[in-house]
Amino acid sequence: MTYVALADRGQELSHPKSFITKYIWSQDHKVIAIQYGLIAIAVGLVALGLSVTMRVQLGFPESVSIIDPSEYMQFVTMHGMIMVIYLLTALLLGGFGNYLIPLMVGARDMVFPYMNMLSVWVYLVSVIILMASFFVTGGPTGAGWTLYPPQAILFGTPGAEWGIILMLVSLAVFIVAFTMGGLNYVTTVLQARTRGMTMMRMPLSVWGIFTATILGLLAFPALLVSAIMMLLDRLLGTSFFMPAIVHMGEQTAYGGGSPVLFQHLFWFFGHPEVYIVALPAFGIVSDLLSVHARKNIFGYRMMVWAIVGIGGLSFIVWAHHMYVSGMNPYFGFFFATTTLIIAVPTAIKVYNWVLTLWQGNIHLTVPMLFAIGFIFTFIHGGLTGIFLGNVVVDLPLSDTYFVVAHFLMVMGVSPILVVFGAIYHWFPKVTGKMFNSTLGKFHFWFTFLGTYSIYLPMHYLGFLGVPRRYYAYEGIDFIPESALAMNTGITVAAIFVAATQILFFVNMIWSLFKGKPAGPNPWNATTLEWQTPQTPPIHGNWGPELPQVYRWAYEYSVPGADKDFTPQNEPPADVEVAAS
Amino acid sequence: MTETVIANPAGTLLAEGLPGIVEDWSADKQTFQVHWGKAMMWIFLLSDTFIFSCFLTSYMSVRATTTVPWPNPSEVFALTLFGQHMPLILIAIMTFIRISSRGTMAMAVNFGYRKDRKTTALLILATAAFGASFVGMQAFEWTKLIEEGVRPWGNPMGAAQFGSCFFMITGFHGAHVSIGVIYLCTVAFKVYRGDFEKSGYAAVEIAGLYWHFVDLVWVFIFALFYLW
Ligand code: HEM
Ligand SMILES: [Cu+2]
Repeated sequence: MTYVALADRGQELSHPKSFITKYIWSQDHKVIAIQYGLIAIAVGLVALGLSVTMRVQLGFPESVSIIDPSEYMQFVTMHGMIMVIYLLTALLLGGFGNYLIPLMVGARDMVFPYMNMLSVWVYLVSVIILMASFFVTGGPTGAGWTLYPPQAILFGTPGAEWGIILMLVSLAVFIVAFTMGGLNYVTTVLQARTRGMTMMRMPLSVWGIFTATILGLLAFPALLVSAIMMLLDRLLGTSFFMPAIVHMGEQTAYGGGSPVLFQHLFWFFGHPEVYIVALPAFGIVSDLLSVHARKNIFGYRMMVWAIVGIGGLSFIVWAHHMYVSGMNPYFGFFFATTTLIIAVPTAIKVYNWVLTLWQGNIHLTVPMLFAIGFIFTFIHGGLTGIFLGNVVVDLPLSDTYFVVAHFLMVMGVSPILVVFGAIYHWFPKVTGKMFNSTLGKFHFWFTFLGTYSIYLPMHYLGFLGVPRRYYAYEGIDFIPESALAMNTGITVAAIFVAATQILFFVNMIWSLFKGKPAGPNPWNATTLEWQTPQTPPIHGNWGPELPQVYRWAYEYSVPGADKDFTPQNEPPADVEVAAS
Repeated sequence: MTETVIANPAGTLLAEGLPGIVEDWSADKQTFQVHWGKAMMWIFLLSDTFIFSCFLTSYMSVRATTTVPWPNPSEVFALTLFGQHMPLILIAIMTFIRISSRGTMAMAVNFGYRKDRKTTALLILATAAFGASFVGMQAFEWTKLIEEGVRPWGNPMGAAQFGSCFFMITGFHGAHVSIGVIYLCTVAFKVYRGDFEKSGYAAVEIAGLYWHFVDLVWVFIFALFYLW
């Protein structure tokens, strides 16, 4: 049973000839990654615009009325859905997954480049369908990103005419795109690693993206099915999710369906989805911390098993989103237990990050700042999650700003910080240029402190019982004046944070053209993507032969070695010679 | 095994027992010693399994919660043939055809690996033909039900969800079969043209995997719709 050295078995690469096949219909995973990234960031900006508009409306109810209550609901919905699915999922898996997996495991490309290319274009189609809903009669759907029936498809909810249909279709198309990409990522990791690159030598970024992709392949089906069933309810008048209901004084034709069924399906997707976003971020942040603290990651094996364990557990906690749904109360007991269990591997990861920093040679580079910022925001959001995981604590807090603060801390700010850190970290590889560090540091501090001042006060609002998804809070007895003032403060912070993102774009665009050449390995990192013969890597990634890997990805500051890092593909002989 | 096996470039020996399995699984290069396409098909089918499971669980849940009685399947799916009332006869024929198509598919894979181009292509075509007739009969069944007044939004026999679930799930399965028929025809054509002479006949087996999977799903649909 010897292992056949298939590494150099020629994978047929497409050889692009014209500009179009090179940059537009490209099958190169790096170009596809950038396409994914740019589309995702573009829709992300739309979602950012929506949120600022909402905040302005909320913060200054007396002096402005830029949107009306229905538009507010539509903006909430679109903002949430775009951020979770079309920005974070697409950027972390389609963007970083595509760029990093082949480079980090030492492959020339994804295993099925053509399908990979289709994936990004189908993703673009889904985005276009979603954006089209802004321009149809009735506008986009205002059902909330959770799209709960019955209200999602009843007339009277904004966007019930076309918005909800386009939303569901767009989601289905997105799932097709994701599946095409996802199959590629998983197969590439399983089957196309280079010689010596065992699974247990892969960088944690790859582990995170790999596990998240598997989660996606198993969780998106539930969303697909619920989207199809809701489309049928809306278009054909079936009653999967629709009970007998009196609507605007009239008995509808619906009857006998179960709205709670939708919630189960949605959250069977929805909870794994939060980890689809979180796991790649976990993996990437581990690598950033290790590289910039010049220390091996603490407890690599534990980290891997924690990723896998969280992935598995994330499928059995979904009903913690449904404590107030009217499901069987005994479920609450089960799901609270599993929810608290999932906190264990999560906590292990946090400890290991902190222990990685412990006595490290910490370089406070821009990516490192973002990675450390992530540890703060993630601990914060994780702790509030443990509150919400307990049924009795959740009942009063559910549907208040406390939940909003929880998930924006843990799923909004945290992954976004990682995304920024990762962009700064790999920008020199992707473009060959160095960004401006000072500008980057300003960007970090403004974003980090700014987001904290947005979301920290929201916890207090939640404790006061301020409900989420409301257009205005004036004249509600139990909400004190001070809460309204806090609301205004939050809006000011939000505008500030949104504005400071300009620093990031200026930095990236300016550096792309005017930045100093970065050299192949500016961070002195060990992983394979920094060892490519060219920077930026060319089509096919490696020279005539694939790299040979001799060690894990975290050989930093090894006592006795001549430099403080040893690349994964440096032959052991060279290391010894250098050391003596 | 008497031979010493060198597993990795560092020259260390393969571990035995459980650690060996772990090492094996996480060894360099390929986790599964199979064609990339085959690995991908397996993963895809796993994902597809989740789609069908969601559909079927939803069906069961809807059937359990609806307030109106569920139509009796052996009445609804009965045919009157030659003046005789036969419950589930059509579905029995359909299931028989599906299973036969699995037989021809398995043979096709076998002949493929023996590099018998013509026979392989013919057997795949036969499989596709079985598949097409399955879809045809399903269309017939749909027509019959529609004539009897069954609609996605309601039916004269009982719970409205009967029609919704039936059309949705058999429709989704039927779409899988139809796609499979097209897929098989392309593979048959390529086999016949000799595309796989050099690169090997794994493609036939991969198509076979898909086909067997769609059949496996049918078993569950059959059990849950017609026998429950
Ligand atoms: C220790 C880990 C965690 C626990 C115990 C936890 C627990 C919970 C609970 C119980 C809720 C429901 C609150 C309610 O609606 O009343 C919730 C909501 C939410 N959580 Fe977490 N969570 C954890 C980690 C995460 C992570 C890592 C993410 C994402 C990266 C996340 C994202 C969300 C989102 C998006 C929602 C709100 C969904 C909505 O209602 O719109 N959570 N969490
Ligand atoms: Cu959850």
